[in-house]
Amino acid sequence: MTDGSAPSGDGAAGNRSHRFDRLPATTEDRRVPDRPTRTGVLEWWDERFGVDPSVFENHTFWERGSGKIWAFAGESPSPVDIEGLGVAFLRTRREHWKPTLEAVQRFGGHATRNVMALSRAEAAAFLAGEDQERDWDGDWGYLVVAHELAGEREPLGVGLYVHGELRSQVPKGRRRDFRED
Amino acid sequence: MPDRRVLQSHAAPGAGGAENEGVFTGRVHRTRMDVLARYEPLVDDFEAFRAACERPLPSVVRVNTIKTTVERAREALDESGIGVEACWHDELLALPDAQPGRNWPYVHGWLHGQEEVSAVPAAVLDPAPGDRVWDACAAPGSKTTQLAALMDDRGTLVATDNNLGRISALRSNAERLGVTNVAITHEDARNHSLKPFAADGATEDVEYDAALVDVPCSCEGTVRKNPDTLDEWTLSHVEGIAGVQKGILRRAVQATRPGGTVVYSTCTFAPEENEAVLDHVLGEEPCEVVLLDLPLAHAPGVTEWDGESYDPAVANAKRIYPHHNDTGGFFCAKIEVTGA
Repeated sequence: MTDGSAPSGDGAAGNRSHRFDRLPATTEDRRVPDRPTRTGVLEWWDERFGVDPSVFENHTFWERGSGKIWAFAGESPSPVDIEGLGVAFLRTRREHWKPTLEAVQRFGGHATRNVMALSRAEAAAFLAGEDQERDWDGDWGYLVVAHELAGEREPLGVGLYVHGELRSQVPKGRRRDFRED
Repeated sequence: MPDRRVLQSHAAPGAGGAENEGVFTGRVHRTRMDVLARYEPLVDDFEAFRAACERPLPSVVRVNTIKTTVERAREALDESGIGVEACWHDELLALPDAQPGRNWPYVHGWLHGQEEVSAVPAAVLDPAPGDRVWDACAAPGSKTTQLAALMDDRGTLVATDNNLGRISALRSNAERLGVTNVAITHEDARNHSLKPFAADGATEDVEYDAALVDVPCSCEGTVRKNPDTLDEWTLSHVEGIAGVQKGILRRAVQATRPGGTVVYSTCTFAPEENEAVLDHVLGEEPCEVVLLDLPLAHAPGVTEWDGESYDPAVANAKRIYPHHNDTGGFFCAKIEVTGA
């Protein structure tokens, strides 16, 4: 497997904002400097959340724009210049990688660590975008935030835990205010 | 039954008083029924049809089986104190007293607001996990995401639309529902290219196992949801859009492998946009209109209209009128590609 530096045509390897390039399997296969690898992505989900790499065995990972990683279950050549390819999955541009709400809702049920379970009232505050003071003996950083729905723990979104505070990372367009309900 | 939304949309600034409202009410109802009256020769019980067209529709949601099960979705709605009623399909739940988007299961992407008849064409196409499927007119994605669920989010689902604003809505719906097998393209479906998805080094284009052609149409069947949808109706618009529909359906038949299936659907009653489109494509491409099973009351496709007669096979298509099942109006045909 190679990364998306086109075998012919445009030549210069790098990120293009409207093109999806498949991640290289490992650093040895990498031709675009600093591009994350499939192995790196799998290790991150395993180390951070305990998600077994087999969960993603039917998905390929793609970069569109710098550090924006998408997960796709179908088949496509690389690179491909289209409007969407699976779901936006992970941001890798900064030092601390950040999963998307969509990735956490879709795959976070497999997480075995760094999952913070909230009560219904706390979940409503989180969904409304509110930050909350909380005790937490797990890692600082990005967490899977979950609550119980229909008898099971269900991942709701991404929280950032720092300095005794859970900061809601629910994007503005996905927030809802159920606090009065 | 006067419809407040229609009255409001038609009231000129400053217009007021019972007399004016009465005038507007009468004009709007005549306009709507003027359009629908052309279908009186086709409809079994025209009074029931007319009455149904003037009733609002209940909210219906589809359970997204990529993220949950029907049982857990029902339980989650019950926890939220939201009552549900069964529909023609297990995965559809009517919410008579609730807004479909304001509850916890919706926030988790377990539910998608989708009218009952809108769930017909994907269920008829019934793609299998691993198939390669094209949704030719995909945005805003209700049927696309239903196809993905039927595919168990595996295989490749290419979703095309020609409008970037609507593609944004499609992406948002697909992401909320956790669909990972969809590839979204911006193009005119009549000129859909297989090229972007040709495998590395492949010399031949890869055809689809199945295609859904849910075309833009005059939307007469959505009059219960959008009471003013017929205000701008003209026969020339119907005839114009029928030309586009023929082009899209032909391209879908060409892009599907012999033995594959294409489903054609509209939310309109006009035979010009339904049976006439099928008749045209039957004459131009190697395909057949076949019978389909549908657990909803319906009428067969019509073979004669306005002095024209169509291929007898178009009778295999299904017409769903609003009074049949207390739904919107719909048209659906199943086509098998036979090869050159």
